[in-house]
Amino acid sequence: MTAAPFYDLHHVQQSYNGRIVLRIPELRVEPGEILGVVGPSGAGKSTLLRLLAFLEQPARGTIMLHLDDHALTAETATTDQRRQMAMVFQRPALLRRSVRANVAYGLRVRGGRDHREQIEAALRQVKLDHLAAADAHTLSGGEAQRVALARALVLQPRVLLLDEPTANLDPYNVRLIESLIQQHLAAGNTTIILVTHNIFQAQRLATRVALLLDGELVETAPAPAFFQSPTDARTAAFVSGELVY
Amino acid sequence: MVEIALRSLQVTVSALAISIVIGIPLGAWLALGHFSGKKLVTALVYTGMGLPPVVVGLGVFLVFSRSGPLGDWGWLFTSAAMVVAQVIIATPLVMGVTMSSVAGINPDLRPQLRALGATPWQATWAQLIEARNGIIVGIVAGFGSIISEVGAVMLVGGNIAGRTRVLTTAIVLETRQGNFDIALALGIILLLLSFAANSALIVLQTRTGVPR
Repeated sequence: MTAAPFYDLHHVQQSYNGRIVLRIPELRVEPGEILGVVGPSGAGKSTLLRLLAFLEQPARGTIMLHLDDHALTAETATTDQRRQMAMVFQRPALLRRSVRANVAYGLRVRGGRDHREQIEAALRQVKLDHLAAADAHTLSGGEAQRVALARALVLQPRVLLLDEPTANLDPYNVRLIESLIQQHLAAGNTTIILVTHNIFQAQRLATRVALLLDGELVETAPAPAFFQSPTDARTAAFVSGELVY
Repeated sequence: MVEIALRSLQVTVSALAISIVIGIPLGAWLALGHFSGKKLVTALVYTGMGLPPVVVGLGVFLVFSRSGPLGDWGWLFTSAAMVVAQVIIATPLVMGVTMSSVAGINPDLRPQLRALGATPWQATWAQLIEARNGIIVGIVAGFGSIISEVGAVMLVGGNIAGRTRVLTTAIVLETRQGNFDIALALGIILLLLSFAANSALIVLQTRTGVPR
């Protein structure tokens, strides 16, 4: 089995209209881990994820994805290499097509053979096989988010980037999505970055956790240490719920 | 009468096809592109959507007239000049409506599709499919504006029997000559053609709206 990919970030800075929204001196995402990125709204979590997905380039610094002995950046990654990644957005942007067509999209753009079995399996996994022919825009929020997750998981990505995948969902959908994330990680050579404002979810899923506050990386630590013995006072305040935004 | 109706369709369908080929890609580019002067170009497109046909006809007439820059082509008073005039009328409509339709779809869709492995072209194609209903409305508007147009085609086509006479110009001629029954019959044919074409586009709109 090939090794799981990993990221190296050095002196990364991102700014929009002259305003710095993210500043990360150093960060390494280890191969095969779930890195939970926590922080309040507007902390720069989604910006970090878009940078890791190579959807944007940083204003300063370097973001390297090490994949199969290649060190890739947003500029150098080929389409095939980018296709080793998949990202699930906080608000699922579904196509005005059937649920099945939405799940098939990533496979279709890759071309090739008939993917019916993979699609059906992905739909069964998210328990939406009975809605395969339904118009995706008629789904509830939880169902739509499960479709968004299914269309990423069906690609069997080596890097899975999740932006608040369970925000505003009911406990049933949260449990289902969390269990799918864990199953995907257990299946093999995958690295997952999970952005969440829910520290309990980070505690349940992440192997390491990073805290972002006002665009600044405050602390990164293995999950048990992050929650039980944080080194930074702001992390301690955030974990204990004293730091309210 | 059949010959006139067929010529009307031939000129209009040719012009509409060219307008679609030009207008849809440019409209999508205007919606998705980021460049300086975009607001100015957008304002120009919207202005083009309301171009007075007779002014377009005058411009095309001057360009193709014997002393005009393209006078050597010998296109004045031919179907080709009529097609050119109709393309100028319909293209801003197709382009403007495509632009607003593509700009109106979920802004998160493109990055989401890119994050699922779509190339920029694949993502643009998917966005056009998403905006299909609006784009079809643009095509319907473009078709409606040129099938019923009389000023420009009269000026650049000359309403020559057997060569450039189309339904609208024939209606004007027959009315002037007092042949109201013929003019009315031509008008009904024009309405039927317009109805048939719009119905076909509506069917296309409905079909493409069905989830697959």
